[in-house]
Amino acid sequence: MRHKGVSYAKYGYIFCIPFVLAFLIFSLYPIVYTTVIGFTDLKGMGKTDFQFLANPFQNFITVLKNASFQESLKNTVIIWIANFIPQILLALLLTAWFTNHRNKIKGQGLFKVLFYMPNIITAATIAILFYSLFGYPKGPVNDLFMTLGIIDEPMYFLINKTTARGIVSFIQFWMWYGHTMIILISGVLGINPEIFEASDIDGANSAQTFFYVTLPNLRTILLYTLITSLIGGLNMFDIPKLFLLGGPDNATLTTSVFIYNQAFSGSYLYNRAAAASMIMFAIIAILSAMVFFIMRDKDAAMLNKQKKRLQKELKKAAKVARRAAE
Amino acid sequence: MKTEKKAIRYLGKIIKYTVCIFLAILSILPFWIMFMNATRSTYEIQQNSISLLPSKYFLSNIQVLLGKSFNPLKGFINSMIISVGATACTVYFSSLTAYALVVYDWRLRQPFFTFILAVMMIPAQVTSIGFYQFMYRIHMTNSFLPLILPAIAAPATVFFMRQYLLATLSIDIVNSARIDSAGEFHIFNRIILPIMKPAIATQAIFSFVGTWNNLFLPLILLTDKDKYTMPIMVSLLRGDIYKTEFGSVYLGLSLTVLPLFIVYFLLSKYIIAGVALGGIKE
Repeated sequence: MRHKGVSYAKYGYIFCIPFVLAFLIFSLYPIVYTTVIGFTDLKGMGKTDFQFLANPFQNFITVLKNASFQESLKNTVIIWIANFIPQILLALLLTAWFTNHRNKIKGQGLFKVLFYMPNIITAATIAILFYSLFGYPKGPVNDLFMTLGIIDEPMYFLINKTTARGIVSFIQFWMWYGHTMIILISGVLGINPEIFEASDIDGANSAQTFFYVTLPNLRTILLYTLITSLIGGLNMFDIPKLFLLGGPDNATLTTSVFIYNQAFSGSYLYNRAAAASMIMFAIIAILSAMVFFIMRDKDAAMLNKQKKRLQKELKKAAKVARRAAE
Repeated sequence: MKTEKKAIRYLGKIIKYTVCIFLAILSILPFWIMFMNATRSTYEIQQNSISLLPSKYFLSNIQVLLGKSFNPLKGFINSMIISVGATACTVYFSSLTAYALVVYDWRLRQPFFTFILAVMMIPAQVTSIGFYQFMYRIHMTNSFLPLILPAIAAPATVFFMRQYLLATLSIDIVNSARIDSAGEFHIFNRIILPIMKPAIATQAIFSFVGTWNNLFLPLILLTDKDKYTMPIMVSLLRGDIYKTEFGSVYLGLSLTVLPLFIVYFLLSKYIIAGVALGGIKE
């Protein structure tokens, strides 16, 4: 702000110095360093000296051809999709119920607090808690299922690839649907109430209002949820690392656990881990850029559409009101 | 016709409440079983692993738990130091950066903001190998500083603080302070920070919980047992030494959950409101 000829602009730069310095030292430099290590022979516990490889892309090729890496990439995608789709569907359903102003659900505040609760608990704790809950042959889940008559004899959930992956997906789903729901509800509350009034006047029922008014208006927030969940999902570490240590038979090995195992166990292959990190970084960047691109393009078009729709609905509402007056 | 509609509406209501109550139980039950089993002996748990009521083996479970490598007090103190330090860094410097973005008119303001948006999405895992090597070379592994100082640059918090300042700060306040010839730094510390208290409180909670729960970076940096944080302590419960001590494992887990539960139920209103605000990104 210019004020009485004094320029304060320099303070803008000064106040950003701590942020910029911390970013350069603790984010940018490590990223560059990781990239460089990806092209070298750096391995062995506690080693820091390295030499560039004759074929600079050797590590990247090795990683991409590595069966465990391919498996981990596949697992990560499967676990993420199997958690995200039910998560977003349930969150949308609950959002529709909780924002329905015609028949309100009582005790909403309490439900929100309880649904969100797992999200705040240490993921490491939750991983080990679920490991204990799914114990075999005696464990809370087996006991519960047998009492309810769902299964006849104890099941060894943790040794089966499908159930193991399924449980990891379930834990992620269970930890995150409350969070997604709260974000979607806040999105609905942010929609101009006049649109809802208009659809009310038009005689739309709850389902119609939800599908034709609420959902289209939630698009930006849905995409935001998608992208944050995608980035979080592709970096999933705590749960798969501690729940079954990547097992059984690598079924819950995610890329982050793969990177960790390469770099910090066995023969300490920092170079391979760095290459794998950069591959993941590239995948995340490409996917994010794609979603951002879709978001940006559609946004302007959507705003226009919204405006037009709003005008139309207002006109309609006015007509109805006039008719009623006559 | 009318009664039919009423019946459908009634049925819908029953379904809604059933689903909500089921989900609520799903949230509570695992933790309930955990707390109850923390007070039960291994033998009792092997006989019947679900009990809705506590037993009387709490003290013997504590003895077994503490007799091995699990040290919840040490983990608690270490996690506390890191989380408080990181949270203080995050809220103070994010507020400062956001203030610079809102109040001053400098040439790189817009590009800098775009830059912050772009780096918001970089996850820690992709930088970890370089970060570890860097810290190892300057002998900073087993120090808390590499876990605290990076918190100075928290792009998502800057973004939130900027939105808050744009909505609440009137430039007149700053100008009138200037007329009283207060320095720019002084204005920020004495006038702006108090205005930002609600935003700082919200962001402090999330920063604190996020740092507290972080496993990845502490796991690769801290190898000294005396430096272990709470999540690393928890990971010890997965090891062989506790394999048959079911009661103690549940107790150890309960001890790590308890502080979070207390914080959550005291502040749940603000936390839920904070999550909701985080979703509004225009």
